[in-house]
Amino acid sequence: MTLLVNLGLGLLFGIGLVVSGMSDPAKVLNFLDLFGTFDPSLAFVMGGAVLVAFIGFRLVLRREAPVLAPRFHLPTRRDIDARLIVGPALFGIGWGLGGFCPGPAFTALGLGAAGTLVFVPAMLAGMWAARRLGDAQG
Amino acid sequence: MTSFTPLASLIGGMLIGLSAVLMMLLEGRIAGISGIASRLLPPYRDAGLAGRLAFIAGLIAAPFIVAAATGQPVMQTVSADPVLMAAAGLLVGFGSVWGSGCTSGHGVCGLARLSPRSAVATAVFMATGFATVFVVRHVLGN
Repeated sequence: MTLLVNLGLGLLFGIGLVVSGMSDPAKVLNFLDLFGTFDPSLAFVMGGAVLVAFIGFRLVLRREAPVLAPRFHLPTRRDIDARLIVGPALFGIGWGLGGFCPGPAFTALGLGAAGTLVFVPAMLAGMWAARRLGDAQG
Repeated sequence: MTSFTPLASLIGGMLIGLSAVLMMLLEGRIAGISGIASRLLPPYRDAGLAGRLAFIAGLIAAPFIVAAATGQPVMQTVSADPVLMAAAGLLVGFGSVWGSGCTSGHGVCGLARLSPRSAVATAVFMATGFATVFVVRHVLGN
């Protein structure tokens, strides 16, 4: 059951990425190019996603528990530490270089562009390194 | 140039939001792609690997479903520079895990939950994203 649910959720998320245009690095890079070929479309992607999630989360979190799990797992940390600045800063640089964030990189994988086939393994290696380093630091 | 697509982008964004809401309703979890992807690799600390693989399989299948439904191939433009894409991938992978989230976990789910941490993270990655494209296109002139 949980396999089918996750497959369906990934499919829906990915269809959203493709329909919105966010799966195309050229569109992402033009969104980030305020002083050049600026394409504001991605503001509508973020706006639509946040709006639906803002309303939907409020409705869902009135429940005692989720449908398929014993309880909700929500982030509880409130502190702003150095990792919360350094991590997103590095992520944004990589996003601005390649035009991919993690979700769109996976939707692009099967389309087989050479750049994607380099990006995805490098991304997974970076994720692995961050987890190992984070574990080592405690 | 890419064309401005407000309606398609709004609808696509709402589908992304719907997936995040259903993830919360059914599994009780934040739909954070960097969290899901980073835990495809060991060490494994829970029994959720199969579910995460299924979610990623859904992402990979999505463009083929859209192409089949619309009868149009999914178009995209990806840099073929292997050094640039390797550096970009390492930075995106390391940075998203180091900062506990990416565009989905912080940018969509976190902002929707009015999380101060996610607001900071989103402001930082948007700022460095804008700055990087500015430097690459308008300072270095690529």
